Amino acid sequence: MGREEFVFLLIGLKWTVALSIVAFVCGCVAGLVVALARTSGIAIVEGVTAFYIAIFQGTPLLMQLFVVYYGLALVGIRMDAWAAVSVGLTLHASAYLGEIWRGSIEAVPRGQTEAAKALALGYVSRMKDVVLPQAIRISLPATVGFLVQLIKGTSLASIVGFTELTRAGNIISNQIFQPITVFGIVGALYFIMCCPLTIWGAHLERRFAASAR
Amino acid sequence: MNYTLDFTPVIDGLPSLLTACLGTFTLAICGMLLATVIGIGGVILRQSPLAALRWLVIGFVELIRNTPFLVQIFFIYFALPLAGVRLDPTPTAIIALGINGGAYAIEIIRGGVQSIPKGQMEAGLALGLHKAQVFRLIILKPALRAIYPSLTSQFVLLTLSTSIASAISAYELTSVSQRIESDSFRSFEVYFTVTGFYLVISWVMMRFFALFSARYFSYPVK
Repeated sequence: MGREEFVFLLIGLKWTVALSIVAFVCGCVAGLVVALARTSGIAIVEGVTAFYIAIFQGTPLLMQLFVVYYGLALVGIRMDAWAAVSVGLTLHASAYLGEIWRGSIEAVPRGQTEAAKALALGYVSRMKDVVLPQAIRISLPATVGFLVQLIKGTSLASIVGFTELTRAGNIISNQIFQPITVFGIVGALYFIMCCPLTIWGAHLERRFAASAR
Repeated sequence: MNYTLDFTPVIDGLPSLLTACLGTFTLAICGMLLATVIGIGGVILRQSPLAALRWLVIGFVELIRNTPFLVQIFFIYFALPLAGVRLDPTPTAIIALGINGGAYAIEIIRGGVQSIPKGQMEAGLALGLHKAQVFRLIILKPALRAIYPSLTSQFVLLTLSTSIASAISAYELTSVSQRIESDSFRSFEVYFTVTGFYLVISWVMMRFFALFSARYFSYPVK
């Protein structure tokens, strides 16, 4: 494999990183809305978000990307593969992060909410100043774990036709007929991205386990 | 924006889609079995006195957990023939699913084995139970019970990731739906319906796992 091919893989890597960042940042914003709706105490809102989460957790990410990709075109929104895949991964991330954060919001002791209510704090202040700071701490290991899942999930964008790292690998492998070398390098690049995050997540988990004792 | 939904190709393709669900189940169940075998084997090796073996298992687990399944399946698909093993896409996909699920299973099962206090085993032996009885009743069953929720949700994830096996055109639901899609160009209709199929598949599996748990693990702990 020559220098040009490797540069082509690096361009693919750039798109994988961009896709991961966009999906994670947008997914965090949407996921917060999902988590707050899921714990809102309003039966209908909670039911709808529970259904939303169940759909995304009960179907393959690949199918979600297909449905969003072709569904957006259907309602008349013309988007290139990049935008469609970003939307698909954002929705996917919002459901998973929403469920992770629902768990952490519920893990914050009830007394905290009750004390905040007794101090006459409104909903916004109660969430922003009391519950969420504690919930974020609890959720951090799982959130980092999901970020790794999401980075790996961006590889499925290649099947929809977006040229990120995996598809770049496919293209190069078809050109130079060295699939083992190419996919070995592609795998190594993913590993370099994900492994530090995994180690960080495990470190956070140990620290929380130690402080909880 | 004058698109009218047309589900006729989906309805015409219904028999082949339903048969393809069996293909998905085959991949999932064989993958789970292989993953369990790799998981148990890996945990045993992980406790080996040989440091090299322990590190081999740790390296394997981290390598698999930090790379995408799609890249793994491509790698295995191209690497097996080089190693002199010629297999159809479907067995290749089962091997890939087993290897991927096995890495996660190693971590989960290890946690379960560690959750059994050593004193319980010693107490069982002191009460005159046979070694096999101690293993079955005091180690295996509580350990299984402890890891059951995480192991089964990993299995549901494995089932959903069978859809990625379509990338090497293994026989399962996604590849069959891609064929119907390319014949009819009714992309949204086909994928929307198949997404519903997957929802039912994962729901059925979760119900089955929950029923099994209610039957075998519903005894008081303390």
